[in-house]
Amino acid sequence: MNELTVQEKFLSGETKSFILVTALLGAVVVMLSLMPEGSFIHLPVYVVNLLGKYVTYAILALSVDLVWGYLGILTLGHCVFFALGGYVMGMYLTRSIGAQGVYGDPLLPDFMVFLNWHELPWYWQGLQYFPLAALLIICVPALLAYVFGRLAFFSRVSGVYLSIITQALTYAMMLAFFLNELGFGGNNGLTDFKTLLGFSLQTDGMRILLFALSVVTLCLCYLLCRSVVVSKLGRLCIAVRDAENRVRFIGYRVENIKLLIFVLSAVIAGIAGALYVPQVGIINPSEFSPVNSIEIIVCVALGGRGRLYGAVIGAFLVHIAKTMFTNLMPEFWLFALGALFVLVTLFLKDGVAGLLCVHLKTGSTETLTDKA
Amino acid sequence: MRKAFCMLAAVLLMSTAYAGEPNYELSESLKASLADSKVKSRDQAIAMLAEDLSEQHISLLGKLKSGLVYADAATSEIYIREDAASDCYIRLADAQQICGIKLRRSGVSTLQKKKIEALLLSSSLSSSDPEKRAAAVKNLLESEAQSEIPSEQILEQIISKENRRDIYLNLKVAMALIKSADEKTGPQELIDCIDILEDYGNARCISALAALKNHPNPEVASHAASAAANLEFKQEVADFFEKIFFGLSLGSVLVLAAVGLAITFGVMGVINMAHGELIMLGAYTVWGLQQLMPQSLSTALFLSIPCAFMVSASVGMLIEHLVIRHLSGRPLETLLATFGISLILQQLVRTLFSPLNRAVATPEFLQGSVQIADNLSITCNRLSIIFFCLFVFAVILLVMKKTRLGLEVRAVSQNRPIARAMGIRAQRVDLMTFGLGSGIAGVAGVALSQITNVGPNLGQSYIIDSFMVVVFGGSGNLFGTLAGGFIMGIANKLLEPVSGAMLSKIIILIALILFIQKHPRGLFPQRGRAAED
Repeated sequence: MNELTVQEKFLSGETKSFILVTALLGAVVVMLSLMPEGSFIHLPVYVVNLLGKYVTYAILALSVDLVWGYLGILTLGHCVFFALGGYVMGMYLTRSIGAQGVYGDPLLPDFMVFLNWHELPWYWQGLQYFPLAALLIICVPALLAYVFGRLAFFSRVSGVYLSIITQALTYAMMLAFFLNELGFGGNNGLTDFKTLLGFSLQTDGMRILLFALSVVTLCLCYLLCRSVVVSKLGRLCIAVRDAENRVRFIGYRVENIKLLIFVLSAVIAGIAGALYVPQVGIINPSEFSPVNSIEIIVCVALGGRGRLYGAVIGAFLVHIAKTMFTNLMPEFWLFALGALFVLVTLFLKDGVAGLLCVHLKTGSTETLTDKA
Repeated sequence: MRKAFCMLAAVLLMSTAYAGEPNYELSESLKASLADSKVKSRDQAIAMLAEDLSEQHISLLGKLKSGLVYADAATSEIYIREDAASDCYIRLADAQQICGIKLRRSGVSTLQKKKIEALLLSSSLSSSDPEKRAAAVKNLLESEAQSEIPSEQILEQIISKENRRDIYLNLKVAMALIKSADEKTGPQELIDCIDILEDYGNARCISALAALKNHPNPEVASHAASAAANLEFKQEVADFFEKIFFGLSLGSVLVLAAVGLAITFGVMGVINMAHGELIMLGAYTVWGLQQLMPQSLSTALFLSIPCAFMVSASVGMLIEHLVIRHLSGRPLETLLATFGISLILQQLVRTLFSPLNRAVATPEFLQGSVQIADNLSITCNRLSIIFFCLFVFAVILLVMKKTRLGLEVRAVSQNRPIARAMGIRAQRVDLMTFGLGSGIAGVAGVALSQITNVGPNLGQSYIIDSFMVVVFGGSGNLFGTLAGGFIMGIANKLLEPVSGAMLSKIIILIALILFIQKHPRGLFPQRGRAAED
């Protein structure tokens, strides 16, 4: 617990090296993809696209680590915020098509024409303007997180109860978004996007740009999380995680601390979702499915929680493994994922980052004290 | 001897000819109008067929209606297709079966279909077989289409000939239906009709009465209104009870799924996300046993109750021994690890059997339904699940309250160190308790296999509901689970028609979250020292 007494510096060695490594790797990927087509170091654009997807998952994992690693709240439904951000982005992209859709309706998205709707629902109004969409990408997840957190934390729901309620939340959202009447495209979701801010999404340049944007966002989010973690608020978070009642008895409002961090984390997750959608080109209710949230949890657990860079490492490891498994032997991915859960929780409490720390002896001894 | 042989041969020949079915000659003009490419000329064919409603003509009309009559355009020979899926035709003239030829369908318009239907109906109403007549009139009263009722005169004739009382009464209702729709009927007659309709009181009568409410004669209108209101009230009461019953049966499914969880989660405090998959294993046990003994389905079902218990219990004990034991006191990690196990079990079933749903047969004694009132009937499998649930619950209660194991379980869950100091082997009790909870999940799977599809995702769809039931009822309290399950089931079914299936689930979820705000420890919180940690 000694690290609680020492005020850590914002730009510690590992933060600097994380930013440096991430930026360097991102730059290398961009450079390689810009190489001429024939050369052997040329990186195909679909790989860049895939890596861009991983980066958005890494941002999501970062947000989960903030609430799980530092606040001790195991959320099994963080993909709700990811998907909501994605849906707002999807709505913007759908609206910005204009009359280029299959049915050529200047106002209504294709699925609404298909469902025989005649006017645009109020919550679709104005979403063709990017500034409003950007605002909503932050506000919608934040609002849901605020309402949910206010209900949950202020009635002191905690531990596994909270985990199950978060899972129920994402399950309910999935069911709700499957409904056609809700006006989000039902089962099929939103797809067939064409342009972002007037640039075509199908070009290679745009894909590389989106990847670079995701890497920059990852670095910014990391710095944001880092600044929270080393601040007084961050110290309080760790205190809440380790001994909630003591913090309360000292006189802090534990609920407010939890709510603030939860909302911040939801906003980061929403931004990740908004970056994810233009890169994969579709958003549908399956993004809400509980298994997705669980996958992010296993990313954080594998990487090592309570260290922000651990979540990023874990996200990359898990999703690279997922891509490999689903390509080579798709039926074994769930076996591998399940086994990963069991093995990590049984044998690798501090994750890969913990292993790295022990081996490199980096001096940072931010060990986790597991409070059960 | 020779003569006898000849006769035998002749009889055989005749019988084969008879078995070959519609071997009869149609008149040339009928053939021509059937084979004609214009649909309009079928009017003529139908009229010709209607002139003599022999059995053969009736069957031909039926085939014509379902679009199975084909004609060879060149020879205007008539063929009957065996069924819509087959590619074989039977030539009407000589009952020869011919496959894979190209023929033109002798199509009929919707109007003509209706005409045929009316013809068939009146012919079956005047059939000589009373059972057929009874079925026809029943059919007539249940069907929704207005046009199917034959004309008043025909019905009058049929009624005057009828000699069986029940058929006679039903025919009277049909007559009342016709008269009520007829504008020429006098007010007194109409009031009689209304009484008849009110007595019968099915959906069709209700709509006929509703139409009469606007009758110009005030007496008729008020009479009809009161009759309709009476019937509607009866219908509403029946609907309400039906919903309650459906709610009870859904609730008992929830209780069955959750009661094992109430033991592992509520009493032991171990969170087991693989509980749903243990339910699924139980359901697959039923399927496996039915594959082993396909002749005796009911024996297989009864046998599968202990088998499913053993299968799920042993898997559960294995999980406890290998994983959960090492994570004691770390509930979040336990949750994650058991979630991993649930993924593995799901995929295992998918790989071993198939990702598709398996059909589990329902034995005969569970099929059918019990008629409680005129418009309220209850299916046997749902009824028996309610009883089965109560039975299982009683057994668990007995085990927990009256046996040595139950005593030890309660002791360990309330205060582990003291219980160990008293000489209870806590680890063994943990193993047994977890086995018990898991085994009950398997038994729940047996029940579920009778009402839903058995597939790899079976467990997943119940796990969140089960947790909600346990949290709602108050963990550690079995009666809370029972009450919670029934309340949630009934609430679900009462909300469903108002707001749709998915929305009602969401509403219940939100209501539950709000409920936990007020009562964080559920409906029946556990009191005493064990409650606060």
